[in-house]
Amino acid sequence: MKAAGVLVAIALALALQTTLARFLVAGTAAVDLVLVVVVSVALTTGPGSGMLAGSAAGIIQDALSSGVIGIGGLAKSIVGFLAGVIGQQFIVTAALPRFVMFLGATALHSTVFMGLYVLLGLRTFSSPWTAVLSQALGNAVVGMIAFAIIESLPGAVERRRHSRRGRH
Amino acid sequence: MALLDIRQRTGYLFVAVTIAHIILISAQVNTQRGVPMLEAVTFGVLAEVQRGASAMIGGLQDTWQQYFALQSVRGENEQLRDDLATLRIRLQQEQALAEQARTLQALLELRTRTALSTTAATVIAGGASPDFRTMTIDKGTSAGLRQDMAVLVPAGVVGRVIMPGALASKIQLLIDRNAASGALDERSRAQGVAIGTGTGLLRMDYVAGTADVKVGDTIVTSGIDGIYPKGFVIGQIESIERGGGEYTAILIRPAVDFWSLEAVLVVLSPPVGVEEPAEPAVAATQDRE
Repeated sequence: MKAAGVLVAIALALALQTTLARFLVAGTAAVDLVLVVVVSVALTTGPGSGMLAGSAAGIIQDALSSGVIGIGGLAKSIVGFLAGVIGQQFIVTAALPRFVMFLGATALHSTVFMGLYVLLGLRTFSSPWTAVLSQALGNAVVGMIAFAIIESLPGAVERRRHSRRGRH
Repeated sequence: MALLDIRQRTGYLFVAVTIAHIILISAQVNTQRGVPMLEAVTFGVLAEVQRGASAMIGGLQDTWQQYFALQSVRGENEQLRDDLATLRIRLQQEQALAEQARTLQALLELRTRTALSTTAATVIAGGASPDFRTMTIDKGTSAGLRQDMAVLVPAGVVGRVIMPGALASKIQLLIDRNAASGALDERSRAQGVAIGTGTGLLRMDYVAGTADVKVGDTIVTSGIDGIYPKGFVIGQIESIERGGGEYTAILIRPAVDFWSLEAVLVVLSPPVGVEEPAEPAVAATQDRE
């Protein structure tokens, strides 16, 4: 059930990303909804699920774009894994840590994603810092909102506590 | 539940997923040479594996060839040694046969040249006593041999038949101390008698003091003895001694090597003035006496 929920979330994020995101900030990719979902899954379920979610979501995203299939998947699987590890090692239930998590996850994702493209000589990114920063902020905001929605769902807090007891 | 199981191996799974992504990316990205990166990396890795495998197989081959295969080499070496020994023996046999063939060919040429009635015989034994220079041949009266028949070889005169048996005959060599032959200096035609000395040389007696003989002259049979046909080589004069106007000693080195005779020709023509014996064995006995 959890895996199915993750897949649904990814599909929904992809659908929103491809249809609604362009209306949020015209002409730019200021928000990566799929990355938001991956980080959210990693923080709530752990590094393994986060990694698999990131891998699957990234590959699908790559397939839907014109890029090299796998670069986005690798970047998102790394982000999902590390976010899950950090979520297990530290308490990131407060708003600020989560915000920082989304910021850092986005920065890491962009670094890996762009770094791989540059390393392979496939693309060049001139002064990407503004775009990365704006996307990080957008992801963080959307992520905060997403977590607020998730936690407002009935029984969400109890499920999270149960999940943590089970892991410890 | 499957997801929970996976979590326990998250680190390994992360490595696997990362590698899978790298492979996936490599399959789509070309190198600077235009070759797909996955293909280049795969080829590079595979080439190293092949290099390692080749080195390992080469090492095993070397080990096999340098050690284990030596066992078969040892056996092969022994077999080759045996073959070599067999071939050496066969070579010696062939050489002996070739030598025998040459001897027989020379005898055949002599037989053709002399126009005498002859028969070839093989030497089957030497003399029984060192005091008598004799030998035995494998032909006897059944082959037409009679006493006092001359025995020749291409090099010259060998001797005469002194005891013909039914299937073998005894030959008295010309160097025997009881043997003698009419002799003639081929160059000056000076005559004498060649007499065996019991050693390896002959002595030429009854040569006139005025006769012209020189060291190196060839001495041949004169035919006056009624045994040896005329004109066959006896030997060459090796030394001459004179005293009181006479020849005191003329020594002849025989032309025939009596110690290496294998085949001879027996002249079947009856010697001049010699009657056919009624019983060859009796004649031989008389000769021996």
